[in-house]
Amino acid sequence: MSAGPADPGRARGAGVGGGAGRDGWEAVIGLEIHVQLSTRTKMFCGCEVTFGEPPNTHVCPVCLGHPGVLPVTNEKAVEYATRIALALDCRIAKRTIFHRKNYFYPDLPKAYQISQYDLPLGVGGHLDVERDDGSILRVGITRVHLEEDAGKLVHAGGASGRIDGADYSLVDFNRGGTPLVEIVSEPDISTPDEARACVMQLRNLVEQLGVSDVNMEEGSLRCDANVSVRRPGDPFGTKTELKNMNSFRFLQRGLEAEIERQIAALESGERIVQETVHFDPATGTVSTLRSKEEAHDYRYFPEPDLPPIELADAFVERVRASLPELPAARKERLMAQYGLSSKEAGLLAANKPLGDYFEGLAAAAGDVRTSANWVLGDFSAHLNAAGLEVAQSPVTVDRLAELLGLVSRGTLSGKMAKEVFEAMAGTGKPAGEIVAEKGLGQISDAGELEAIVVRLVAANPGPAEEFRRGRERVLGFFVGQVMKETRGQANPQLVNELLRRHLGGPGG
Amino acid sequence: MARIDVTGLTAHGCRDLLAGGDASAVELTRAYLDRIAAVDGSVQAYLTVDEEGALSAAAAVDAKPRRERLPWEGVPIALKDILCVKGMETTCASRILKGYVPPYDATVIAKLRAAGLVFLGKLNMDEFAMGSSTENSAFQTTRNPWDLDRVPGGSSGGSAACVAAAEAPWALGSDTGGSIRQPASLCGVVGLKPTYGAVSRYGLVAFASSLDQIGPLTHDVRDAAALLDLIAGRDPRDSTSTGLRGPAGVPARAGLEGLRFGVIKEYLGDACEQGVLEVFESAVKTVGALGGVCDEVSLPSVERGVAAYYLIAPSEASSNLARYDGVRYGYRHAPSEDLYDMYVRTRSEGFGAEVKRRIMIGTYALSAGYYDAYYAQAQRTRTLIIQDFTAAFQRFDYLISPTSPTVAFKLGERIADPLAMYLSDLCTIPVNLAALPAVSIPAGFAAGLPVGLQIIGPHFSEPGMLDAAYALERRLKVDTVAPLAAGPGVSSAEGER
Amino acid sequence: MISRQEVEHVARLARLRFEEDELTRLQPELGRIIDYVRQLAELDLSGLEPTSHAVPLKNVLRADEPVPGLSQEEATGNGPDVERGQFVVPRIA
Repeated sequence: MSAGPADPGRARGAGVGGGAGRDGWEAVIGLEIHVQLSTRTKMFCGCEVTFGEPPNTHVCPVCLGHPGVLPVTNEKAVEYATRIALALDCRIAKRTIFHRKNYFYPDLPKAYQISQYDLPLGVGGHLDVERDDGSILRVGITRVHLEEDAGKLVHAGGASGRIDGADYSLVDFNRGGTPLVEIVSEPDISTPDEARACVMQLRNLVEQLGVSDVNMEEGSLRCDANVSVRRPGDPFGTKTELKNMNSFRFLQRGLEAEIERQIAALESGERIVQETVHFDPATGTVSTLRSKEEAHDYRYFPEPDLPPIELADAFVERVRASLPELPAARKERLMAQYGLSSKEAGLLAANKPLGDYFEGLAAAAGDVRTSANWVLGDFSAHLNAAGLEVAQSPVTVDRLAELLGLVSRGTLSGKMAKEVFEAMAGTGKPAGEIVAEKGLGQISDAGELEAIVVRLVAANPGPAEEFRRGRERVLGFFVGQVMKETRGQANPQLVNELLRRHLGGPGG
Repeated sequence: MARIDVTGLTAHGCRDLLAGGDASAVELTRAYLDRIAAVDGSVQAYLTVDEEGALSAAAAVDAKPRRERLPWEGVPIALKDILCVKGMETTCASRILKGYVPPYDATVIAKLRAAGLVFLGKLNMDEFAMGSSTENSAFQTTRNPWDLDRVPGGSSGGSAACVAAAEAPWALGSDTGGSIRQPASLCGVVGLKPTYGAVSRYGLVAFASSLDQIGPLTHDVRDAAALLDLIAGRDPRDSTSTGLRGPAGVPARAGLEGLRFGVIKEYLGDACEQGVLEVFESAVKTVGALGGVCDEVSLPSVERGVAAYYLIAPSEASSNLARYDGVRYGYRHAPSEDLYDMYVRTRSEGFGAEVKRRIMIGTYALSAGYYDAYYAQAQRTRTLIIQDFTAAFQRFDYLISPTSPTVAFKLGERIADPLAMYLSDLCTIPVNLAALPAVSIPAGFAAGLPVGLQIIGPHFSEPGMLDAAYALERRLKVDTVAPLAAGPGVSSAEGER
Repeated sequence: MISRQEVEHVARLARLRFEEDELTRLQPELGRIIDYVRQLAELDLSGLEPTSHAVPLKNVLRADEPVPGLSQEEATGNGPDVERGQFVVPRIA
């Protein structure tokens, strides 16, 4: 069934993406986020976790679901999941068990997924998300649990490469059994913008924990959303599950399209059916994913092959102690320690490398205010424009500190520093070199240079006389002396001009 | 070199022949292959006889100096076709696994390989171990060597029949609700179901994961103890495995002085045949004669055992057998309209009637709205049964009962009535639910057919339990080799030599 | 008892299909078995925890260290239909 066209542009124009509901509707959004853990091996077998390898080359009887095999839990995955749960302020279960979730699909080799059900590893946490306007949305975290990933299906034949047009499909189990942490949020989110901000915040958090690559395009971070709409004050409407939006943009556009579809349907008197829907970025429309599938009945029951896990308090405390400083705590500290505004501290805390960059710069340059302005201003703009991560920028902390030093010593004006920064970012050269090349030194100040020139001419009457007699080459001697005095930072053109004026032209 | 008579030959006997230089491993293996050729046409215990592999493994043993050999090196063994053997077809007696060649060894197989045992082949069974008569095999009907018109029991019917017919000195089976002990009882051999976790299940094709255990079927208790020690142990590939607390060693107990035996009252009612009861009562007297003390004990919850079992086992099975979907191995219906059609045709054609029946029961019991009333309630009943056994073991060292309420029944007699078939496991099922060890030893005959005695012990009591079983076995002196005539059209081993 | 409709629903969940005559036989068979096991539903076991693991083990974990697996040939060797190292499945309707 096609859900009919939904113009994302229209949705955005209608304000669905912005915050306030359209025409008296409001959306209710809950997120289900799957994070692939960056363990060396799979969740329940010793196969290496890989990406982009030839099909079915990192598999074994266990992750192929052969008869007779048994799962054994990866302790690193348990530790990583505990890190995530603690970072989200979840309570860690005293006793947690695995369940089998039974359903048939070709990428699920045992026809059940080992997952968790009523005794997940972590429950009752939250994540504070900064909205675009700087206000904070607290999103409840219902549960954090461990499970195993499915294999990869490639649809072959047909025109679209999509499931519905394919003649047949091919299955590769390299990914099958990769440890996943599923994070389920409360339906506390009301707009696609908030949803995007929430996922970004979560991605940054998980990245800082060092437990996942959190790459949406490669699928190490995947996001599904439960979406419904209602009139404000009404009970929840029927929800649909929007699947697999593999970028922040698609997440936002998919939500916009689905909210628009639901509103349009309800306004024309239709009912929303509880089903799974798929966003097609090419058309901007949503359509149902598995229309032929009967209602889900996963027949969960406790996995008999895996004994329960009871995490000792000592273990939980050890993991808690090993957590890096988390964004919320760092934000508080940045405000207290450096006197940054809430917004500045929030931005720096949300992006760990940027925060580290700032703190390094503040220490090296000694000026907190200037450092913050530079990091959040020109440096961030440069990263965005060039599409770089902090670590990829040629403008390292030391180099930017050098530039700031030139400003603080009065060598460069603020305006010149921006120009030098541009060149540093573009060429990868250090500030001093660029200043010298471009003659951007503060000593293009004619007054200061003139004093030097006057002094040098007076101190060297012999060469000055030679010049006046027409020995043009003597000018080079004077230029060299000026440069020596100014450590090469004098503007050569200006120096030439001033020298000629004070030496008097040949024959002049 | 004298011809080897394998009838009545135990694994210990095989070991002695090899150790004393009275037979080479190849000669011993050849003797069993000849016996198989002579009688398996009638018994039909084997699904696969790996003559080539067995002879070459035996030849490799012979090539080693005797002094460098491990204790059991060169002794043949046969394997229930539920155990994965790398490179050897493993079917679970199901069409859906026809042609499946495992790319790995079960842990018990790896252990036996390392110990130098020679694998004769794979044995028939009820499809996926679901049954009590081995009539649910997709491929052939195994017969009871004591009476070829009767069933050997099941699901390890091939294993029990094979040992009783001297087609192997010993065999491995698996026991989910009595699948080792009941056929051992019906075929007059020893069958041991170890404590859950004593033996790794890795490579045992799963039926009901929380109940399945691998165990030995042998001629006598000493062989059972030896084979248990060969296969037991904590396995890092099986999270539920623990191994034994100590080896079973060589049982040597002469009397039963100081031991208290509880006679489970609930198993002595109308469900038991008169002939079985008589043999059992005589065995109880023997216990007394050996100095043991017997007293009646009531375990009221065991009467709920069959009901709990027929919820738990099919539920787990419905999930365990979902992987047979025609994608990665085994049978596939082709061509198919689409994926759903392929799944449904593959599974409907690949599974037999009893397997499908149990998948249906299990799927139903786990499905939305029924879980609490059925599956969860069965798990609570299981708790109750465990509590009853725990209480009984406060008063008694071991519990005893008939292994099977009846002697071997006629082929076809119960196949049409699933519930009647299920009730043949009345005495054995609660042991699996409580994860206990139990052994069935031949106790005598009723109307010419073997009757087994079941001894149940507390968790990890195998060494003591087998010691007691050994003392009883010595006093009872029951012949464990069926007086099997070679079937028509099958030449005898003598004839071939 | 179990209705015909329920039998068909359960069969779909289990990816099984029964011919008309099989269904006619199966429905009462399942009914009898379900009636038998229903005896448990009548027990008051409210004070008891369900046993899902009969042996009291916990925290059985494995170190995160790679173990060699199968080659592509071994992995797909049993496959009924294999193309370029992958398992082929029919159209997913």
